[in-house]
Amino acid sequence: MSHDSHNHSHGHDHSHGGHELPFWRKYIFSTDHKVIGLQYGITAVFFLLFGFSLMLLMRWQLAFPKQAIPLIGKLFTEDGVLSPELYNQFGAMHGTIMVFLGVVPLAVGAFGNYLVPLQVGAHDMAFPKLNMMSYWVYFVGGIVMLLSFMTPTGAAASGWTSYPPLSVVNGPGEGFWGGLFTGQSMWLLGMVFLITSSLLGSVNTIVTAIQLRVKGLSFMRWPVLVWAQVTTAFLLLLAFPPLEAAGIMQLMDRVGGTSFFMPSGLVVSGEAWKASGGGNPILWQHLFWFLAHPEVYVLILPAVGIVGEIIAVNTKKPLYGYKTLVYSMLFLGFMSFIVWAHHMFMTGMGVTMSTFFQATTMIISVPSVIILTTYLLTLWGASIRYTVPMLFATAFLPMFAIGGLTGLPLGLTASDIHLHDTYYVIGHFHYVVAPGTLFALMAGVYHWYPKISGRFMSDTLGKIHFWLSVIAINGVFMPMFFMGMAGVSRRLYDQTVYAHGLAAQPLNVIMSVSAWILAIAQLPFLYNMATSWKWGKKAESNNPWGATTLEWAASSPPPHENFTTPVEVYRAPYEYSSNKKLLPQFVQEA
Amino acid sequence: MGHGEMTVEEVKKHVRKYYVVFGALLGLTIVTVAISYLHLPIFQAVLLAMAVASMKGGLVAAYFMHLMDEKKIIYSLLWLTVILFGFCMLIPLFTLHGPQTTY
Amino acid sequence: MSALIPYIDEPHPVTGVTNAKLGMWLFLASEVMLFGALFSTLIIMRTSATDWPAHGSDVLNVPLATLNTVFLITSSVTIVLSWAALKMKDLKKFKFNMGLTILLSFGFLVIKYIEYTSKFHHGHFPSTSTFYAVYFTLTGLHGLHVIGGIITNLYLIGPGSKMWEKEPERFTGRIECAGLYWHFVDLVWIFLFPALYLL
Repeated sequence: MSHDSHNHSHGHDHSHGGHELPFWRKYIFSTDHKVIGLQYGITAVFFLLFGFSLMLLMRWQLAFPKQAIPLIGKLFTEDGVLSPELYNQFGAMHGTIMVFLGVVPLAVGAFGNYLVPLQVGAHDMAFPKLNMMSYWVYFVGGIVMLLSFMTPTGAAASGWTSYPPLSVVNGPGEGFWGGLFTGQSMWLLGMVFLITSSLLGSVNTIVTAIQLRVKGLSFMRWPVLVWAQVTTAFLLLLAFPPLEAAGIMQLMDRVGGTSFFMPSGLVVSGEAWKASGGGNPILWQHLFWFLAHPEVYVLILPAVGIVGEIIAVNTKKPLYGYKTLVYSMLFLGFMSFIVWAHHMFMTGMGVTMSTFFQATTMIISVPSVIILTTYLLTLWGASIRYTVPMLFATAFLPMFAIGGLTGLPLGLTASDIHLHDTYYVIGHFHYVVAPGTLFALMAGVYHWYPKISGRFMSDTLGKIHFWLSVIAINGVFMPMFFMGMAGVSRRLYDQTVYAHGLAAQPLNVIMSVSAWILAIAQLPFLYNMATSWKWGKKAESNNPWGATTLEWAASSPPPHENFTTPVEVYRAPYEYSSNKKLLPQFVQEA
Repeated sequence: MGHGEMTVEEVKKHVRKYYVVFGALLGLTIVTVAISYLHLPIFQAVLLAMAVASMKGGLVAAYFMHLMDEKKIIYSLLWLTVILFGFCMLIPLFTLHGPQTTY
Repeated sequence: MSALIPYIDEPHPVTGVTNAKLGMWLFLASEVMLFGALFSTLIIMRTSATDWPAHGSDVLNVPLATLNTVFLITSSVTIVLSWAALKMKDLKKFKFNMGLTILLSFGFLVIKYIEYTSKFHHGHFPSTSTFYAVYFTLTGLHGLHVIGGIITNLYLIGPGSKMWEKEPERFTGRIECAGLYWHFVDLVWIFLFPALYLL
């Protein structure tokens, strides 16, 4: 869909490129960070929709247990009822796809790739070929994950956390190749690809942001999005490798018969497990959460950056406490490495260590609150322009706040004992990621669409999308808190078999209906995205929102090497000129 | 001193250092193997082996990887990595072997 | 396009390093965490085992591994010498030293192959015990890194060395980065050798 407008912009290329690149070099195996950013974006949106669809099917089973799914149920099972096996597979793959193939590639791969070079005034990423490789490795990882549905025993079914021993004994195959061609092994293999891809991407982002800054762009003049992306890149760089190591070991456990995570004397389905034993299942949890807690901040920090940019533009005011914001993000990033075991309070680690993790968890909430506060204080007294991106960005604030605050009872050992592994946890992190990060990413799409395509997305459709989404998404996740406090466990196939689950069942119907409405609410968004590319209202200038950062100095869409005339930075990203107007970084005051 | 503007004389001085370090590394390798034949109690053995390995690793990093004379940005990055590696190694150890008081 | 990306052959005035060097160190930082996690695994499994199944000094071939250590240390010296040769504008000497590095790394792999096959021959597989699981995983991953280094170095001594004529600074930078990687592989082995073979 991007072809037409790119052809228009390609007039600028000839001075550098010499000759027109063939189609497959320009749009498929491209080294242009903007094309790669769009590739990431389109692929990630596909995976988001796919992961969302899995949940929409599961929601039928949850709302109306053991009833056939209308119309399409027969595609999955003979009687049209979602089987427990499929339910488990869909649940595990929903989490995996949403986090690793959807949100992170969209937030980091798409927004990072497209915007970081532009915002620091670079012509491309520091290593363009590596950038291309990073996308294609991600793509292959995604394909491996999708193919895992085709294996004889189906896709991975041990939750997105893949805790052993369950994940090792679940759906084993015969021999080496049989063992490899199973859902869980493909999951592990896919993760190795995704980790490699994010390693390449994060090296690239950090080097680009640090080395390729234009004249005048000191670190404290970086836009918040650049800070957010660089912090995120560090988290990906240093937190992912332990999971890669753990993934390799679990793969060895599954196909090589080792016992890294398999304790001695394990009995599976009445038979002694055939392996040497002597391993430690808790070790997986440590290595997994060593990644997966920083991963939470990988999900949220780019969103924080996007929201910061949009709030600054639409309040037409400098961001309140820019430096505080930056230091908070850095502190948040660092602290995220030493809170992970609050996911493991129930593993019997002893009071000393759980007190340590309880303390660090409480500490990490401080910078998060500071970030929210700086944004709220920016809104204070501003004459806010409610564009569609601004609607999403302002909605992000209370949604993220709910997500964050509901996390506190989970970080305290006493209350966590009751809430652990209930729907409360699901409600908590979905508030952070769905109406939090995803709303911010949608805001980002609406906000930068005129830069990427040269045209605006429709305002009316955008408002319909926003209001329907914001109501429906709260309908999905708010009841989860009540259900969790009622004691309903998270991965239940049919909670009505328990008395306390049956009592809470009406909430499930509300959640499911809200989820389906939420799905319908995304249709205007997708339609809007597709049609505005050609028929949207034209953006007259390069800087239609009156933004202050460097990407708005380039033409829309930016040509192959971004800036046709040399750019320079004269001031911090969100600063007034002498006549109290927000002045772009790249404009010299007369 | 940036490596970009090194003179031939300076490079030669470096090369002499490389040979000295090479000798030290070979010597330490012999030492560590020799220690293992003493069959010391496990605690002392681990301590000595890791001490020798750290010395060897330090020599490689300092001289071959030029960490003796590197830029601030590289040092900052490596300190961050070392600290996080410390967390990744020590905290699981503490949780598994630390005081197991439960109430 | 490359002309538009600055600091590929000269250091950035503020950070003092080239893009490639910063990128390489970032990559190595990530690698530290990868091997660090596996190394932690070894320590955790060993300290939490009631009865550690085997001791490397009893069941592994220490003389062969010592020879391998010498090979890797020597190759580390030769690769840094190849970089120094480029600094002295001596492409021939570079090729000689780089060639030695590659030979030594092949030697390392040959010995590794002999070790592995003799273990398999005696019926010792990763599944035999947690010790062998850790041993094969750590040395296997390290071996993959050696293979990766060999491929890179073969490229740099062969078709990659054409860059020397047009962009000598950039090529020297590449060799420095290849060297950093190779020293890291050496460094990992320096810790693996006592941890697996001697204790």
